[in-house]
Amino acid sequence: MTTTNAPAEVTPRPQSPAGGLASRLRSITLSSALMEGRALLALVLIIAVFATLSDNYLDPGNLVTITKQVAFNAILALGMLMVILNGGIDLSVGSTVGLTGAVAGNLFRGLDLPLTQAIMFPQVWVIVVISVGVGALVGYANGLLISRLRLAPFIVTLGMLYVGRGLTEVLLNGQNITNELRGQEGLGNTGFFEVFASRPLGLPISAWVMIALAILASILLVRSPFGRWLYASGSNERAAELSGVPVTRVKARIYVIAGTCAGIVGLLQIANISSATADLGQFYELNAIAAVVIGGAALSGGRGTVRGTIIGAFVIGFLANGLVIVGVSPFWQQVITGAVIILAVAVDRVQQIAQNRGAARRAAAEVRSKTPAASRSA
Amino acid sequence: MSAPATETVSAGSTEIGQVVLRAVGISKTYGVTKALKGVDFEVRAGQVTVLFGENGAGKSTLMKILSGVEQPTGGQLVLHDEPITLENTVDAVERGVSIIHQETNLCPNLNVRDNIFLGRELRTRIGGIDYAGETEVTSRLMRQLEEEIAPQTLVADLRMGQQQIVEIARALAAETRILIMDEPTSALSASEVEVLFRVIRELTANGVAIVYISHHLEEAISIADHAVVLRDGELVAHEPAGGIDLPWVVHQMTGRQAEYDFRDEPRDSGEVALSVRNLTVADHATGRVVVDGVSIDVRAGEIVCLYGLMGAGRTELMETLAGRDPMTAGEVLLNGENIAGLSVGERISRGLGLVPEDRQRDGVVQLLSVGSNLSLAGLRSVVRKGLISRVSESGRIRRGMDEVTVKAAGPDTPITSLSGGNQQKVVIGKLLMTDPTVLLLDEPTRGIDVGAKGEIFALLFKEAQKGLGVLYVTSEIGEAMTASHRIVVMHKGRIVREFDPRTSTRAEVMAASGESASPTTSTPTTDQAIGGTQ
Repeated sequence: MTTTNAPAEVTPRPQSPAGGLASRLRSITLSSALMEGRALLALVLIIAVFATLSDNYLDPGNLVTITKQVAFNAILALGMLMVILNGGIDLSVGSTVGLTGAVAGNLFRGLDLPLTQAIMFPQVWVIVVISVGVGALVGYANGLLISRLRLAPFIVTLGMLYVGRGLTEVLLNGQNITNELRGQEGLGNTGFFEVFASRPLGLPISAWVMIALAILASILLVRSPFGRWLYASGSNERAAELSGVPVTRVKARIYVIAGTCAGIVGLLQIANISSATADLGQFYELNAIAAVVIGGAALSGGRGTVRGTIIGAFVIGFLANGLVIVGVSPFWQQVITGAVIILAVAVDRVQQIAQNRGAARRAAAEVRSKTPAASRSA
Repeated sequence: MSAPATETVSAGSTEIGQVVLRAVGISKTYGVTKALKGVDFEVRAGQVTVLFGENGAGKSTLMKILSGVEQPTGGQLVLHDEPITLENTVDAVERGVSIIHQETNLCPNLNVRDNIFLGRELRTRIGGIDYAGETEVTSRLMRQLEEEIAPQTLVADLRMGQQQIVEIARALAAETRILIMDEPTSALSASEVEVLFRVIRELTANGVAIVYISHHLEEAISIADHAVVLRDGELVAHEPAGGIDLPWVVHQMTGRQAEYDFRDEPRDSGEVALSVRNLTVADHATGRVVVDGVSIDVRAGEIVCLYGLMGAGRTELMETLAGRDPMTAGEVLLNGENIAGLSVGERISRGLGLVPEDRQRDGVVQLLSVGSNLSLAGLRSVVRKGLISRVSESGRIRRGMDEVTVKAAGPDTPITSLSGGNQQKVVIGKLLMTDPTVLLLDEPTRGIDVGAKGEIFALLFKEAQKGLGVLYVTSEIGEAMTASHRIVVMHKGRIVREFDPRTSTRAEVMAASGESASPTTSTPTTDQAIGGTQ
């Protein structure tokens, strides 16, 4: 114990630091690949199971139905991904879907111009712009409260969930808006269904919108400074701020993006069900959060990808549809969906722990093989 | 320095100097990193064993294993001649082994008494908490430690030094016989360090074994009974206190004589780059004035050291200059332009950036790679048509990594896999890539090893010769004396004096800062031998 080794006797480190880093790097890329791979694996598994249980599951018609449903959730999830990357949460998007639907419906019904007897019927493109604008405006309000007043995102968007749902009820006043959505030739407001319920190349328009938005979101996150700032401020906001990142502006904008996505889904949904209803979009926010989380994002912020989120949305969609097709009762459907969400996150964690342990074991074996028995004597 | 004589201890039959805890061939691996490679280590009753080593040498890992925070990959712990396995910290505490961490592990929203008994509450007969009993024990412990803190005082209201004492009291309440202290003085003032050392002496006199780690080498040497040096996960030296001095410790730690002294570097100061006039900052929560009418000029090519004690207002001054906190009064001119009211980002783009004090909290973005961290502040300069140009970004990152000599496998390496020194180089490089005219650095060498400290100052002096103005904060007198063109001393929010490091002594500068010449600080002559490595 009273040894005083001269520096010269110390054996050189068997492994260069660069080599150690390189192998650590490899394991990290591997782990992120596994994480997305896990969601993909779940997807393949779900499809395989239900395809065996039901002949109709992989029917082209059913696949189109699934894709349409997935698209609504995926578009919301893309907005939610931005919010979650920042370490926030947006509970209001479901209500915003309902609200924009109700706004659009009312615009089709015509606007009573104040101080005149006239009723104005805006053209369809005006209705689309205003409705999506309402979604963005709700998001703007969220973003302002959360970034400027530094209120907790959970509370602000929870409040907005009630406000949005309440305004939807007010606007609809107990009545669904259905026939007016078709528009009238004489009023010049036709063409909504022709666009928003169309199927270019056999795919529902919502799927095309999803694809376009996913590409856009990918570019935004991976290639634009805004995306880098979002990842940076989601991981360490203080460090990002001191690096000159406009953290407040980034935070405000992501809620506008989430609100805009909700506005788009609102329009697509009333076209899909040919009606603006008061309960439209209820609980959509939870499905969107689930898709983001299944896709490997961290609720603490800074980690998550567009690809993972889209896969997550498909996992939920294929599972829900499969359960319906094989005739599982709606009550049990919820139980199973919930269990799958928890399972996804739990597997993620277990996998991380296992990886760390595995690396430790390998390294320990290496140490043992290189440490002579002499060092074990006291 | 020597241990109290051959006094027998009341608790147990342990005699002073007897080995109570023995680590035999302890090894530990994290992932592919070998933190410890078969370390043999002894802890003796009633004596202070100081563990020396650079960052990454394995000190903290060894402490975590001794205190049950982590389990060794190989080897055996022997407590009182009995082989043991410490499952977790609770297990360790029950066996009389406690650890006090660098950051105090107290709940600031609870009072002293509740913190001391947290998780080990005394119970009344019907199962409630025996507050009266706890209060009595707390008072007794505080008297024993000669610290007049009322048991009901909120921990948030205590100074760092007092919080440290509460941590010790908590360990004593659990009848600790082996106390491990990891960097206990890093947040303490000189007078608080004196109090702590007095307490340590009292504990050892009562037979408690102390294991002590510190980056403040001189302090640690003064309290040591035994010195143990770790390097690269191996125990390279073990000596009783009589045979050690500072050069010996540094030599053992680094395997070389670490020396840096930049006083004679050629200096070429130009125009005034940053001019601070009568800057006053009030704490926005309490309204207390923390920076009081400060005026400083930093010239291009000049390295100014802002020396002072903790709480002198240095960090507040730096964060206000960087634009994070608003100023109450005064004027800040950068190249003649008034930058009051500009955001952090606007100041960076005008050439003024801050390397923050707390690297993990404010410096690195943990989930981004080395490269993305480096390019973060200067990202705007690699944007083409609204998108990040990969070619120009990777080119800049490569040049940046070369310039600050980051040791990493490549730009895609996770930042968290780097050593503290290399992480700090990335944070500094991040701001250098924005072509600053003045760089602010708050405690730039905190928590990094001796070798990397010299490299960081060499980098700053190299940039200064290219015209960069530097203003940095330090609490290490050796650093101030050897690595600056000018020393500005701050005390209680004011600039009290200025020194030329070539013509002044360590003692003069310390006296101006309000630091008492405590026995823990060394003689001025050691400046020459190993400047800034304390």
